[in-house]
Amino acid sequence: MTQGANGQSLRLVAPMWNGTRGIHRLGGAVVPEGNQKKERKMLQFLNNHFYDVEALRGYLLQREMSKVHLKNRSFTWLEEQHGPYSAGAFFILKQGGAVKFRDKEWIRPDKYGHFSPEFWNFREVPVEAVDASDCEINYEGLDNLLLLKELQSLSLQRCPHVDDWCLSRLYPLADSLQELSLAGCPRVSERGLACLHHLQNLRRLDISDLPAVSNPGLTQILVEEMLPNCQVVGVDWAEGLKLGPEEQPQDTASPVPA
Amino acid sequence: MVKKSSMAAAAEELGPAPGIQAAIAAASCCAKRGTRHTSGPGNPLNALPLGKLGALPISARGRAGLTYLKASQWRVGAGLGGAPGEVTGRQPPIAWGGGALRATGQLARSSEWRLVRSSDRWDNSEAAVRLSEGAGLRGAMIRRVLPHGLGRGLLTRRPGTRRGGFSLDWDGKVSEIKKKIKSILPGTPCDVLPDTSHLPPEHSDVVVVGGGVLGLSVAYWLKQLENRRGGMRVLVVERDHTYSQASTGLSVGGICQQFSLPENIQLSLFSASFLRNINEYLAVTNAPPLDLQFNPSGYLLLASEKDAAAMESNVKVQKQEGAKVCLMSPDQLRNKFPWINTEGVALASYGMENEGWFDPWCLLHGLRQKLMSMGVFFCQGEVTRFVTSSQRMMTTDDEMVTLKSIHEVHVKMDHSLEYQPVECAIVINAAGAWSAQIAALAGIGKGPPGTLQGTKLPVEPRKRYVYVWHCPQGPGLETPLVADTSGAYFRREGLGSNYLGGRSPAEEEEPDPANLEVDHDFFQEKVWPHLALRVPAFETLKVQTAWAGYYDYNTFDQNGVVGPHPLVVNMYFATGFSGHGLQQAPGVGRAVAEMILEGSFQTIDLSPFLFNRFYLGEKTQENNIM
Repeated sequence: MTQGANGQSLRLVAPMWNGTRGIHRLGGAVVPEGNQKKERKMLQFLNNHFYDVEALRGYLLQREMSKVHLKNRSFTWLEEQHGPYSAGAFFILKQGGAVKFRDKEWIRPDKYGHFSPEFWNFREVPVEAVDASDCEINYEGLDNLLLLKELQSLSLQRCPHVDDWCLSRLYPLADSLQELSLAGCPRVSERGLACLHHLQNLRRLDISDLPAVSNPGLTQILVEEMLPNCQVVGVDWAEGLKLGPEEQPQDTASPVPA
Repeated sequence: MVKKSSMAAAAEELGPAPGIQAAIAAASCCAKRGTRHTSGPGNPLNALPLGKLGALPISARGRAGLTYLKASQWRVGAGLGGAPGEVTGRQPPIAWGGGALRATGQLARSSEWRLVRSSDRWDNSEAAVRLSEGAGLRGAMIRRVLPHGLGRGLLTRRPGTRRGGFSLDWDGKVSEIKKKIKSILPGTPCDVLPDTSHLPPEHSDVVVVGGGVLGLSVAYWLKQLENRRGGMRVLVVERDHTYSQASTGLSVGGICQQFSLPENIQLSLFSASFLRNINEYLAVTNAPPLDLQFNPSGYLLLASEKDAAAMESNVKVQKQEGAKVCLMSPDQLRNKFPWINTEGVALASYGMENEGWFDPWCLLHGLRQKLMSMGVFFCQGEVTRFVTSSQRMMTTDDEMVTLKSIHEVHVKMDHSLEYQPVECAIVINAAGAWSAQIAALAGIGKGPPGTLQGTKLPVEPRKRYVYVWHCPQGPGLETPLVADTSGAYFRREGLGSNYLGGRSPAEEEEPDPANLEVDHDFFQEKVWPHLALRVPAFETLKVQTAWAGYYDYNTFDQNGVVGPHPLVVNMYFATGFSGHGLQQAPGVGRAVAEMILEGSFQTIDLSPFLFNRFYLGEKTQENNIM
């Protein structure tokens, strides 16, 4: 979550895609500022007037989408070889997330993407917590995540491809999942939050900073009603009435297993 | 760099339909001579010579403006065919040197000129008046080339000028010159040709009758699966561009996999994956991503004692096909959804993934946008006639049978007698509730009853009501679309305790489908009691609004008709889905496209949905429709 200079929390839209001001971004999804706007206008003008530019943009868009697909392929062979927990952990680590096995320390990839291979030996040890913040997990990638049957804490903060369809897939984790964080996911809306009612063991749910939710305060109330045993964090029901001096607790650190 | 014509560019920015057609119209500068079919006083041969001109109103420049000719020169273009498939003009053959002939606001010299009225579509007020010297066309061209001040000023008489002199109106002349240059530059709409952008093209490989979600889906998959880019010209003909009575827009928008037929389940599963990846399928560069507003809340079907066994076997089939459905007992129901009254419920099936509801307009808009970017032609008009040719052939049983094939479709424009014959190779009947009329036009059903020739398409419009009510104490955010044992259904709408639902009436109380008027008594008597029984909170509700829409109801077995007709060999059906057309549209579109392009169903086998079953009497009944 980003904080502006005067302490107001900004809508989280751009940061996960600020790697390249790519001409292959889907128009309208990123909020540009200043120079980016001029570039975007120039690009749109070129796109409208030249077939070549349009074709190039289309090609780059397809390439980007296929990259995401490649990242989210199913590791069924790994699952057969090393068991579901290791396969699921490998998937998360490959994406850049962090994994915590039961009674072990957090395993994180370093800035080059390398991680220690010790988890291959943890065949029977279930994964307790997953921190998949900023990972490019999508609907198909959840196949791998759902291998971790005894997951207790899941953090999907700022994942750009997690949307309502993905949330409807989380119900197999209902028995064990106690903590879920969806803060900052740009595609999650109140319609996806409606299908979290399967997760009856949830104790902590973080739904702060969801730009696609149309009415955050009302959604918070409805979600609280839907999950009576859960502490729903992130949206002040008075939001929109006035901005308080202190903001909501935004946990950017690894979620603490419950 | 390949430059797009500015019309195509403008169309991309604004997005309306005629962009591509108009671009082609503008680009074609030959007119194919031919007699067109405008009846009415549109014949330019009725040129009226007028005397000395007074101050006549001169139309604004615009595409609807100008056709004028010199009397001696109206036969240009004879023998110059346009490229096949070009949008051709209608009746008035055009004079060459079109650029010279433009309304600029100057009055003509009073010697020979003609007032030509263009076709009946344009009013008198839009007819243009123009100078053309007796010297002829060449003279007009020379005059155009001469600088305004000299040539014109000497030869024209303008209003407001005194006899015998002329004034150099510098600003006016500059703007005139600019206008002329702009009009001569390529890419700008050429005003001389008559405006045919509202007409469909003269030739089209495939004509899709009906622009609803099924028709657009077939067109999309045809373009997607064609072997060469641009290999197929597809024309979508839609009678009502506001979609005021189309079933797509009036639909509740649900999608579920809880059917009894495996083909239906597979279609729904594919459609769910289509909707999930809609921004990959329907990606258009520069357009914002589509937000379908999908609610993945699932469907909950309730069954009484007598239906419980059928529901169990259905769920088994659904699980086999890969749908995520689970069975619930009344106790589990009460646990999960405390607001339900489980009296009379023996079993419930709850779909957990890939089920819910979405915004059908968004899907329609997304398909339309994508189709326009792929080069599909859209036309607003009504199909009034099929011109067929027949061939008698001998079957293997030594019977003579007449096979027909449609080679021309007459598309009539709105509020006019004007029509355009479109030569076509394949016709797709996706006309929804009105498919039977389209089929009758092709001669389907004209024959002795009981024969294949006499088998009509058994699709008819049935009116269904949807009511929206507000209930502050109603079920919460997790409410699925609940379908009661009595057939009544409801779902949540939005965050504000609004719900919508309805019920299918029994056979004998079917409302009259002549109009889309809502019967509120139906809610009071037939829907509300069942809802209040099932959900006690609904005893205090307040109806906010209601609407009605058509089901393209298949009276034979309530399942869709897909595939070619056995006798009219190039008409393909994609209709008759009786209320679940929207949720199966992507799958059906792909199936029909595969049938056309490859000759058989490749991915999902929809042979139980072919037309033959009506003649053979084999019902593929779907038990689970609402």
